[in-house]
Amino acid sequence: MKKGHLIGLGIIAVAIVIIITSIGDASTYESFQTAKAMKLRGEEKPIHVVGELKKSMTGIVEGIEVNPDKTSFYFVMVDSDGTEQKVFYNEPVPADFARAEQVVVIGAYKTDELFVADKILMKCPSKYQETEVSNAGI
Amino acid sequence: MINTFVGNLGHFSVILAFVSALVSAFAYYQYTTVSELEKPNWRRFSRISFYIHSVASISIAISLFEIIYSHRFEYFYAYSHSSKALPVHYMISSFWEGQEGAFILWIVWNVVLGLILIHTNKFWEGPVMLVFALVQAFLVSMILGVVIGDLKIGSSPFILLRDAVSAPVFSINPEFVPEDGTGLNPLLQNIWMVIHPPTLFLGYASTLVPFAFLMGGLWTKKYSEWVRPALPWAQFSAMILGMGIIMGAYWAYVTLNFGGYWNWDPVENAVYVPWLILVAAIHTMITFKKSSTALKSSIVLVIASFILVLYATFLVRSGVLGDSSVHSFTDLGLSGQLLIYMLFFLFVAIFLAAKNWKNIPTSEKEASVYSREFWIFIGATTLALMAFQVILPTSIPVWNALVESFGGISNMAPPADQVGFYTKFQLWFAVALALLTAVGQFFWWNKMDGKKLREALAMPYVVSVIISAGIIVLGKVYDLSYIVVVLAGTFTIVANATILFKLLKKSTFKLAGGSLAHIGLGMILIGVMFSSGYSEIISYNMSGLTYSNSWEDELNKEHVLLWINKPTQIKDYTAVYKGRQKKLEGVPGYVSVNLLEPTGNVNEAIALDDIVVRGRTYHQKGDKVGIVLEENDYFRIDYFKDEEFQFTLNPMSQYNVNMGLISSPDSRRFVNKDLYTFVSALNDFDDPEWRDDEFYEVSPGETFFIADFVTTFEGGEVVEELDGMVLKEGDVAVKANLVIQDFGVEKRLQPIFIIRGNQLGKIPAIDNELGIKVEVENIVPESNKFSFKVNRYQKDYVVLKAIIKPQINVLWAGTIIMLIGFCVAIYRRYDEFSKMRDKGLE
Repeated sequence: MKKGHLIGLGIIAVAIVIIITSIGDASTYESFQTAKAMKLRGEEKPIHVVGELKKSMTGIVEGIEVNPDKTSFYFVMVDSDGTEQKVFYNEPVPADFARAEQVVVIGAYKTDELFVADKILMKCPSKYQETEVSNAGI
Repeated sequence: MINTFVGNLGHFSVILAFVSALVSAFAYYQYTTVSELEKPNWRRFSRISFYIHSVASISIAISLFEIIYSHRFEYFYAYSHSSKALPVHYMISSFWEGQEGAFILWIVWNVVLGLILIHTNKFWEGPVMLVFALVQAFLVSMILGVVIGDLKIGSSPFILLRDAVSAPVFSINPEFVPEDGTGLNPLLQNIWMVIHPPTLFLGYASTLVPFAFLMGGLWTKKYSEWVRPALPWAQFSAMILGMGIIMGAYWAYVTLNFGGYWNWDPVENAVYVPWLILVAAIHTMITFKKSSTALKSSIVLVIASFILVLYATFLVRSGVLGDSSVHSFTDLGLSGQLLIYMLFFLFVAIFLAAKNWKNIPTSEKEASVYSREFWIFIGATTLALMAFQVILPTSIPVWNALVESFGGISNMAPPADQVGFYTKFQLWFAVALALLTAVGQFFWWNKMDGKKLREALAMPYVVSVIISAGIIVLGKVYDLSYIVVVLAGTFTIVANATILFKLLKKSTFKLAGGSLAHIGLGMILIGVMFSSGYSEIISYNMSGLTYSNSWEDELNKEHVLLWINKPTQIKDYTAVYKGRQKKLEGVPGYVSVNLLEPTGNVNEAIALDDIVVRGRTYHQKGDKVGIVLEENDYFRIDYFKDEEFQFTLNPMSQYNVNMGLISSPDSRRFVNKDLYTFVSALNDFDDPEWRDDEFYEVSPGETFFIADFVTTFEGGEVVEELDGMVLKEGDVAVKANLVIQDFGVEKRLQPIFIIRGNQLGKIPAIDNELGIKVEVENIVPESNKFSFKVNRYQKDYVVLKAIIKPQINVLWAGTIIMLIGFCVAIYRRYDEFSKMRDKGLE
């Protein structure tokens, strides 16, 4: 066998390892229901859940409880299926959290009742849509 | 009054630039293919059309800048990216905050590069400029802003606000011009953001040059001659792109509160990958010049680097990354156009390469293990695998979109722990690279066999083991994988330094580029290992508060709450939060907000006392002073060690109407580490909810407690004058003097009580820092007692995160040395090219 072939095989082997770990380490998008099912099956892998913050009838965000030392908090999130879930985040409340249009939490169920987020991504209202021109000028 | 002239000029320039790009593409095609006799005519025509294109492109840029500079808020671009309060250098950032501006920047750089190429090449002008003109046509089409039926081509930066937004005000008054714009994203209000995008886009633009030479070479059947002119440009491009990436990392480090310089965010990955491929391409091209091997790999890598730049643009600007990136870019509806742009050049490149593949010269001989070609090839392969490992997971959102466009469902998400995931591969690849560069350099400069290699490497090996041992002991590196990193890093530094000294002794500095760049790589590796692997969060919460949930107590709280004036332990330091400050025009440092009273005008305040910094009085009491960006608050935090004052850090936060709270870190720089701190949450006392009334009845001279605060009532005095209120004949105004103590800080509160006839007036005194509002409720003359009504809120506080980042300066120094190495190499290769050209050979 020529050396070139050996190198070629080596490259292919490394590439395959990369592909397999990428797929293996890739997270998934779940709903709270499927995420809870995963927890019950004993899968602890962090997953992504997309949803919104729970809002009252008047459109005010409710259910944010900040711990007394202000370094962590709880909130209630509603996923795209409409399931409500209490979520804990071990970080201070991110800036303009309450204004987020869409929230992605990355984490897993800690208990049957509580979802713990390791990371939160927020989609805030884009500057373009939000600004009301009439308020800005007059 | 709406000024439509600039916008029309800009829009006209866009169309002219587009048409002239197409014309010059056609003309350069003719110039390259026609007979020698006709060439001069076509050349003149092609050049003129490219010059027209250049003038038009620059005129686009000037028009857009004029709109921003003159605050023409009737234009959507100025309105949404700029505001009156912005200083000029941030107006430059406004220019490329929007995607249209970024494309214009790219177009202008391509024009500059094109003009340089026209004047530095003889033979290559025709084919290279044809590729340039085509790329320009695609880029200009992104800002064309033409709508044909349902088809929208490009997004124009020159549209008027009234055409972009439907607001009721425009139907009442179409001539309406907003007073002010919505301002620049505060994260971009940073000096690095003024210079980082142009650098990065010059990097993007310059990847086109080697690609254009390659395409020209394949087209005109000069399969190997393209390498010589392309090589210095590839090096230039890698240098600039690398510099752009580093500036971006540095900007993230000093401006963002992500906690570091690199987070493996898709947007970062998207530029890192083409850079890796470009560096691989440079190495195979150098090998080709030395020994006529690796031409095919060079071709593949040069094509890949250019296409990957386009892919990066597509990823970042098409909105496909959506909820997987923290950087948000709005989708301007250009995804389709970007895709066509990328696929067009991908197709053309593959077509030309495939058509000529058989004719491309290859060397049949098998590379020996003791040849430099072999080691460089392994190095290039490692770089390519590194790139592959990063681009694969980064493309997961693209994969999902692809599956969904065919009606399937894919719920794959990027890895949850991005940093951990990428590091576990990239770290070992980087170690392999470091070792390869050390060994490779010896092969490069000497003919080697097994014995010679052992002899040559023995000395650097021993030296680097000794140095590593020192680093490991002093730096307390006890993790096995980190020990390997230190060994590999030092080995490449020592081995390359050995080569460097030999080269400098024997010949000129010109040849030193490679070893310098590799020394930089070793330093980067060691710097990254220390600053990331051994970064230590020191702001653990030690308040001892417990919660109802026991498991929660086991979690590390990585942030610490600092109440104002209250000393709090942060590892070896005692930190005291001393209050908010502003930055004033013409005054060094920061000034406490307690000395400033807002006037209601933008960026303006009145000094409540003399403003004195280091013994010099900058403003008198009562002066109007200018604030530099009034939304910015700087939180003064003093650090003490063993009761002794050490230093002050002023992390910044900005309350932005559009984006909420933005936080920027402040770091204390030591030679061997940085103390990096930022504010992660703060008190909002704009509209506090005061708690229930508390009443105190005290005599003058008496000391009492308001909550925890020791308060002394010094007494009341009758005042004749009141600020902002006219006293009438017969009015009585009494000012009460209260002194409140808080951790050694004295605060004077002076509520006022006015009697006018039968009416009472009360002017409360409010202290936001302590969260106290005091009113004189009544004065009881019989007992000579004052009755105070007190409402409390919470004291001011900040939540802080503090991280120690050891040896980060080694990283920055390494990047600089690497860039210098690139510059030396560019000089050498360009010199080679220009000598050949002047001999008339190329």
